[in-house]
Amino acid sequence: MARIGVFVCHCGSNIAATVDVAKVAEEAAKMDHVVYATHYIYMCSTPGQELIQQKIKEYRLDRVVVAACSPRMHERTFRKATAQGGLNPYLMEQANIREHDSWVHAEIPVATEKAIDIVRMAVAKAAGLTPLEETRVGITKRCLVIGGGIAGVQAALDVAEAGYEVVIVEREPSLGGHMAQLDKTFPTLDCSACILTPKLVDAAQHPKIKLYTYSEVVGVKGFVGNFQVTIRRKPRYVDASLCTGCGICWNNCPLRPREQEDGTVKGGIPSRFEAYIGRRAAIYVPFAQAVPLVPVIDTEHCTYFVKGGKCGVCKLKCPRGAVNFEQTEELVTEPFGAIVVATGYDLFDARACGEYGYGRYPDVITGLELERLMNASGPTHGHVLRPSDGRPPKTVVLVSCVGSRDEKIGRPYCSAVCCMYLAKYAIMLKEHDPEVEVYNFYMDIRAAGKDYDEFTRRAIEQYDAHYLRGRVSQVYERDGKLVVEGVDTLLGRPVEIEADLVVLATGLTAPAGARELFQTLNISYNQYEFVNEAHPKLQPVETNTDGIFLAGCVTGPKDIPASVAQASAAAAKVVGVLSKEELVSSPMVAEVNERECVACRLCVQVCPYKAIEMARTRRGKEVARVNPSLCKGCGLCVNACRGAAINLKGFTDQQLVGQVAALFAEPLFEEEERG
Amino acid sequence: MEFEPRIVGFLCNWCSYAGADLAGTSRLSYPPNIRIIRVPCSGRVDPMLAMKAFLEGADGVIVLGCHPGDCHYSEGNYHARRRLHLFHRLLELFGLEKERFRLDWVSASEGVRFAEVVAGFTEQVRRLGPRVRPEDILERQR
Repeated sequence: MARIGVFVCHCGSNIAATVDVAKVAEEAAKMDHVVYATHYIYMCSTPGQELIQQKIKEYRLDRVVVAACSPRMHERTFRKATAQGGLNPYLMEQANIREHDSWVHAEIPVATEKAIDIVRMAVAKAAGLTPLEETRVGITKRCLVIGGGIAGVQAALDVAEAGYEVVIVEREPSLGGHMAQLDKTFPTLDCSACILTPKLVDAAQHPKIKLYTYSEVVGVKGFVGNFQVTIRRKPRYVDASLCTGCGICWNNCPLRPREQEDGTVKGGIPSRFEAYIGRRAAIYVPFAQAVPLVPVIDTEHCTYFVKGGKCGVCKLKCPRGAVNFEQTEELVTEPFGAIVVATGYDLFDARACGEYGYGRYPDVITGLELERLMNASGPTHGHVLRPSDGRPPKTVVLVSCVGSRDEKIGRPYCSAVCCMYLAKYAIMLKEHDPEVEVYNFYMDIRAAGKDYDEFTRRAIEQYDAHYLRGRVSQVYERDGKLVVEGVDTLLGRPVEIEADLVVLATGLTAPAGARELFQTLNISYNQYEFVNEAHPKLQPVETNTDGIFLAGCVTGPKDIPASVAQASAAAAKVVGVLSKEELVSSPMVAEVNERECVACRLCVQVCPYKAIEMARTRRGKEVARVNPSLCKGCGLCVNACRGAAINLKGFTDQQLVGQVAALFAEPLFEEEERG
Repeated sequence: MEFEPRIVGFLCNWCSYAGADLAGTSRLSYPPNIRIIRVPCSGRVDPMLAMKAFLEGADGVIVLGCHPGDCHYSEGNYHARRRLHLFHRLLELFGLEKERFRLDWVSASEGVRFAEVVAGFTEQVRRLGPRVRPEDILERQR
């Protein structure tokens, strides 16, 4: 028999006005296992808590039941009081006679009877409670940031500034992400590279930050505080410790692009950074301010690799002997305490919307291509010239929502930034050439940020951009000119515009390989492969996996200020984890009875946290084993187990059955039934 | 005297138990017949527990969890839905009316809905009258 003490709270008059607390205590005293019962005006007050502690000692209580408010309110308080009385804190059970009783029922006899039932159930459960120990684990005070765009770099800088080591893993050869490709940023028209690259340099020079560019995360094991992450470092074929970034190699590569006297370019390989409209050599840095300024060799095109050793000019020319064709891929495994996922986005492939003719007509381009055309360091040195004939366009049509808000291609979401960057193009195109006519087909203008609507108005009112509300039905060629057919829904009539250049506002999608990475990290994502937040409103930078945080477009399209804000938020969360000396995890986790386990693996399959792994006992029997640091205590495995070999501490079958049984009969719970 | 059904409710800690708490803080009154058992997740509610409640004397059993897609443990309520759907279909085999059991969703912000669901279910079970006793089922089987 247990020795249970029952403490009934009046909660002032909150409980006592409708529940006869004295009667409840009196009835409780008659229940099995109960050796002491009392009532008091405020159990959560200091004298109330001292009463519990005192009676534990006085009556040698080994379990405590507090009949008061919801355990969601004061469970922690009463566990602490129980612990201070000398008992294991998990030997306290709280009976909710306020929210579930006194506040919802008006008649005293009814509410009192219900309170007695609730206490009886709590006593039955308490009799089955066992002492539980919280697990404490140390923390690796290092943070991994996946993705070296503006979000990742901001998060890394913030965590590093707080004094913790950070590693940034970026799969491209340079930090910078998409922001490095942009020409100007809305609504201030700041030069994108000018505000970004100093941050990249800060990150590269920070004593607490280590960069793994041209690298990918391939394996994640462990749990919050103790992740083991395997990173694949792709070979650059250039020794970063020797390279000075002088540029002799890429300026001598036989495959380098060569500008002709008439301004056209011959040779070279389409550059991803230049949105494939600019060209680069086979050994290259993506852009002039790349961080780190160390080139990589593109083995798909490099003559040395394609033709088996028949080149090597870069190696010959390099004054530092940094080029190394023998370099191989390297796998490194490092420990981390927390992870920030800032993998960003890719642009929707406009070829999927055939009606716009992207990929068919050279003068139908994407927004990113226009960014590069407008950029002074881009392939046209900042002159907006048509790809087909290199002449400046006089009529430009902007088409919004290409791959956004479109059910029929399975992309119903808004890409959040297109309205704004189209307004930016309208202004910039006019700035480049006041003669140009700009038309913008839009569905709605979504300009909800600070100074965003004013910016859009400026494009329309000050720069005279023609905004047409309606969709474009098709783009085709007629007598060598592009014809844009659309509709102006405000005037209710079809529109046809002869255009020199058509710019598609392609939407934002999850980057290639996102799904594989999210699966490796065991974080959940939606059908568009954007990661689900732990809570969309209240935990927007957390995932359902402790210790893994989110920043930027990984959760969905957003603009630069929102990405930066999220990055700093994620950094604050990371610091919250890393600043602790050890992590305490709830002991209310699943436990396998290894004698009963038949290794069927059903529990392994249902566990949402990958907390169960197969292991062998000392005698070699294969069994399921729960990692208490990963287990969140949902109990799915308990129900999945056919052999009743798993139980959930704090919510065991025996305890729950005991509660049910207590309600209808004298307590059935017996000592030997305990698992 | 009118028949007062005895109802056992299994409520998930994160949504429905909090919804019931909210009904309390909002002082929403509902029939007093329900006795609530807190579980971490609706996915923790083994059909065995629901059956046990019926065997012990419950006239009705209700399981409440987070709305689909909102599970604190991301997918526990989907497991509950499949498992308890099957259990629901088997109820009549045990000689119990299907209306004596319900699986429903109440979020932490749905105090009003909690009160409504409980009132509705209580009324539904009240109309059915007392459940057949396990002894009688055993008797019938013999």
